[in-house]
Amino acid sequence: MALPQQKLDATGARLAAMSAPEGGVWISEARAAARARVEAMGLPHRRDEYWKYTRPETLVDPQAIEASTFETYEPTVFGEIDRLKIVFVDGVYDAEASDDLSLAGVEIEPLAEAGAKDIHWARDLYGVLETRGQSPVERPLAALNTAYASDGVVIRVTGKAEKPVSLVYLQETTSSDAIFHHVVKIEAGADLTLLENGPAAARLNKVMEVEIADGGAFHHVRTQGRAHERRAATHIFARLGKESVFKSFTLTVNGALTRNEAVIELTGDDAVAHVAGAALGDGATGDFHHDDTVFITHDAENCESRQVYKKVLRNGAVGVFQGKILVKDGAQKTDGYQISQSLLLDDDSQFLAKPELEIYADDVVCSHGSTSGAIDEEGLFYLRSRGVPKDIATDLMVIAFVAEALEEIEDEAIAADVLSRLESWLQRRRG
Amino acid sequence: MLEIKNLHVELEEEGKKILKGVDLTVEAGKVHAIMGPNGSGKSTLSYVLSGRDGYAVTEGEATLGGEDLLEMEPEERAAAGLFLAFQYPVEIPGVGNMTFLRTAVNAQRKLRGEEELSSGDFLKLIRAKAKTLKIDADMLKRPVNVGFSGGEKKRNEILQMAMLEPKMCILDETDSGLDVDAMKLVSEGVNALRNEGRSFLVITHYQRLLDHIKPDVVHIMADGRIIKTGGPELALEVETQGYAHLLNEEA
Repeated sequence: MALPQQKLDATGARLAAMSAPEGGVWISEARAAARARVEAMGLPHRRDEYWKYTRPETLVDPQAIEASTFETYEPTVFGEIDRLKIVFVDGVYDAEASDDLSLAGVEIEPLAEAGAKDIHWARDLYGVLETRGQSPVERPLAALNTAYASDGVVIRVTGKAEKPVSLVYLQETTSSDAIFHHVVKIEAGADLTLLENGPAAARLNKVMEVEIADGGAFHHVRTQGRAHERRAATHIFARLGKESVFKSFTLTVNGALTRNEAVIELTGDDAVAHVAGAALGDGATGDFHHDDTVFITHDAENCESRQVYKKVLRNGAVGVFQGKILVKDGAQKTDGYQISQSLLLDDDSQFLAKPELEIYADDVVCSHGSTSGAIDEEGLFYLRSRGVPKDIATDLMVIAFVAEALEEIEDEAIAADVLSRLESWLQRRRG
Repeated sequence: MLEIKNLHVELEEEGKKILKGVDLTVEAGKVHAIMGPNGSGKSTLSYVLSGRDGYAVTEGEATLGGEDLLEMEPEERAAAGLFLAFQYPVEIPGVGNMTFLRTAVNAQRKLRGEEELSSGDFLKLIRAKAKTLKIDADMLKRPVNVGFSGGEKKRNEILQMAMLEPKMCILDETDSGLDVDAMKLVSEGVNALRNEGRSFLVITHYQRLLDHIKPDVVHIMADGRIIKTGGPELALEVETQGYAHLLNEEA
């Protein structure tokens, strides 16, 4: 089917502004194929059903809208965690600022290096999971990423990583327009925790493809925040083998536009996938639009999936949730859970939710719920009756509201770190 | 200590009259009990005094140590020395019990212009007080009231009371949902806090709590007013004869 003219024009304009990065044979082939996908699909348009609640123009336009940088831009989150730090500045790997990349049980390479080779194991994943994720719903920004990403990391985990790998994204120029592509391969029984934080760029397009072999585990915790004007479209594509575990949590504060997509496929029996997010936006300090779009496919027996998304919105902030659980024929004993909730702190804020279940197996347990509400007056009064002033009591109720999402972070020290970041965001707003 | 004069209260939304002229004075160091049938306005009285939304005072006044309670925000009433032990303590997920209590203690101190407690001093204090109420370290760490049994929740209320050291404590049906052992434990906690400077208002349906927390004065409340006041023997009268005859007496 021919693309509508508007879409064709917008896609053409963007592609004309891009230049294909240098690379070896394998990655050049993957990029060319991805570019063909983009041309066939066209970039997102506001009339697309999947972009009904989030306007994609600023993510698609040839030029990124500028975003201010912070003078003290080094984010402190995860600073106390023993980790292997990999730093990117304006989307480019910074070897100087990064730790040595050697870590027992883990092979780490910058994408630019891996891509320069003519043969690399990453060829079996790079753009491959993204391609699988293009059906039944198209995700053209992810294909655009595969075609043009020049940096990122390629990680292969063969044992239990002795410490988390931490990707730190710094932004130095106001016009930075970054495209990252990460590939993570967890071998059978291996285990990795991946942390991500930092503003990254004025505009960020990020894709992470994760393959977890049988019995492997991947824990992912990221924070997106601080910079009010930043715009981001991120995708996580994951494929899970037998008895594997995938857990991902995202804390988002601020941001003019964030669209986080998670596309997860459970292909081995007894696998577990949890995705969670807490987003806090205050329209008084800048536009805030946050979109979590999740698609989980159960294609094996006895798997468990959980989606837990909480949004705290005030002063015209907008939250979006599009979450789907697809249970394929034969995926018996599936246990699927999905909850999306918003705490609207005033009448100006908005939460748009589209929860979906599509089930073709007959022996499954799937539940979903979506709510919007004001702060729990009962709890607020309880705290105030103990002498806690209203503003602090309100913040404690906010923490109580997002607690279910925070609980998805397994590591206690990391969870405490994320909580303290959330607390300081609330505190800054109290003045 | 607590003085309530001709207090009239109605529900803000429906305009329904709940309290119809309550007069009550609780002297320093005394324990007063309020008994009465369901719907007599006992719990409303406790909520109005502690500043919960949804009630409109149409007439009368309530003061604590001479200060006008009804003009204050709930947190100011707490700092002024008022404490309400809830009939149904609220669960606050994600907020550690200890963090919550420390926030409360220090917020009150700040409001009163006192110095905040250091974490070391706070820890020492709470450990000692928790021990006497058989509250273990795990309960202190867990989110406020989340997953607590009925008895644990009420013990937690008393722990808060012990930490905040209020002048005027209101216990709203603290005995509801408690077994005999839990009631004993809670009562011991309350009795340990009794002193010359601290007053209690114990709201209850039943006399049995008053076996453990011995009141100086007992009031009977019905249809939004106090219809009879007496000594501890009044509670026994209710226990044996019920409220009906008192209500008839009044009529």
